[in-house]
Amino acid sequence: MIHDLLITPFTEFEFMRRALAGVVALSLAGAPIGVFLMLRRMSLVGDAMAHAILPGAAIGFLLSGLNLFAMTFGGLIAGFTVAILSGVVARNTELKEDAALATFYLASLALGVTIVSMRGTNIDLLHVLFGNILALDDQTLLVIAFNATITLLAMAVIYRPLVVECVDPVFLRTVSRAGAPTHLVFMALVVINLVNGFHALGTLLAVGLMILPAGIARFWSRDITGMIAVAVVSAALSGYAGLVLSYHAGVPSGPAIILIAAGLYVVSVLFGSVGGLLRQWFPGRHLEA
Amino acid sequence: MSAQLQFRNVTLGYDRHPAVHHLAGEVARGALLAVVGPNGAGKSTLFRGIVGLLKPLSGTIERGGLGVRDIAFLPQSADIDRSFPLSVFDFVAMGLWRDAGAFGGIRGRRRQRVQQALAAVGLTGFERRAIGTLSGGQMQRMLFARLMLQDAQMIVLDEPFNAVDAKTSADLLHLVQHWHAEGRTVLAALHDMDLVRNHFPQTLLLARGAVAWGDTAQVLTPDNLIAARQMCEAFDDEAGACAAEVASARAA
Repeated sequence: MIHDLLITPFTEFEFMRRALAGVVALSLAGAPIGVFLMLRRMSLVGDAMAHAILPGAAIGFLLSGLNLFAMTFGGLIAGFTVAILSGVVARNTELKEDAALATFYLASLALGVTIVSMRGTNIDLLHVLFGNILALDDQTLLVIAFNATITLLAMAVIYRPLVVECVDPVFLRTVSRAGAPTHLVFMALVVINLVNGFHALGTLLAVGLMILPAGIARFWSRDITGMIAVAVVSAALSGYAGLVLSYHAGVPSGPAIILIAAGLYVVSVLFGSVGGLLRQWFPGRHLEA
Repeated sequence: MSAQLQFRNVTLGYDRHPAVHHLAGEVARGALLAVVGPNGAGKSTLFRGIVGLLKPLSGTIERGGLGVRDIAFLPQSADIDRSFPLSVFDFVAMGLWRDAGAFGGIRGRRRQRVQQALAAVGLTGFERRAIGTLSGGQMQRMLFARLMLQDAQMIVLDEPFNAVDAKTSADLLHLVQHWHAEGRTVLAALHDMDLVRNHFPQTLLLARGAVAWGDTAQVLTPDNLIAARQMCEAFDDEAGACAAEVASARAA
């Protein structure tokens, strides 16, 4: 019974195995990025970046149809351009990062819509908007795995300066020139993972598998390493449970994954060992020292 | 004794308004210099210029062969995100950046150095504590431990004893004196005149420009302190270009 419920969908159907592999790759790379986005108070920046990517992917679609590489390339170009321009403006002017980003992502979105309307094509962007993790082909799965590998390697390289820049940016500026490049690489990784996510979940939900696990992790660990581990596990768990739910209940897979993650988030808010509501309401006896 | 720092007609400021105006002079290698002056006198701005966080509007700062990254800096309102999930040990270990860089492991001798720095500031036992749980005084001790690990020839401290109790203040002052005894150049912005008179041989009294600079006893006279207090703190939005700058440009 349990085997039928939890295992059989994956042993029976190849598309379910592909979907599971895809969601695990997305979790491994996206969740750590999400943790840093949250800790840098940039959770909504991910959402804005997802909008910035959309026009690039749409232009790729417009020029080459439903071509994986054209859409990926278009999304990356649009995302990188917005990330770099907003980073440059934020670092060299009085404008804060969020305000700079808001300006550029809106401009990117407007430009994308204008180009599409000038061509007068009524393109079907549902794939880009909501993705379809159950339809991952070999090529797409390889792109997702490649992007995830790049992300993990790059994170290993920038991890220390990234942590220092989050905690004490002035200190990093006084000991190293790594601050600006680290920030740019990090934003590039955000873009890569959003583009990665849109194949499976669409641009609108891609950010969900980055930010929700980060929010969950905040309630279970006090240190950054533990937080990243919890985020990765909860992202992969949401992906697996979402696929099972989608299979048995016949609901769309992307939203099912995000809804499971949202459910885990609610459980964490209530029962989390670090600052969960129950912990606050019933803290137990105070300690000796 | 050769100069560790030379200010050549330096003006530092924001949006073309000078916060430190035409400062000239030098700090000897190994000096222990207090920088005093009223709020808005330009102390923090001067320090930000020294450590390379702020480019001079005009003039130059020579650092006696040191790069800006060879200077250890304790900013006034440390721009630290205390909610970040980091332990005291990991935070202090940042001070090893010059030695370990972005990739070097913190094991063996380096780990020992972090432990020694924590012990020197009285934070043994705090290694695994999250930085967000520290009190103000403990936070300041932790920042001093990180400064120690930077092992810098020049140390710049912006109001290091603010909002800390007498014991912490005395402990940290002891460290400052230790650095001075080791031949390092130490600059500290301070408000406690008794502390400056008792422990700092040299003083720069700043009020946008240098009101007086030299031996502490000669600098902290009632007349000089009154002159410093009369400094105009506000920027003048209607101000024209600096006359001295215009004259020197014409001469050139």
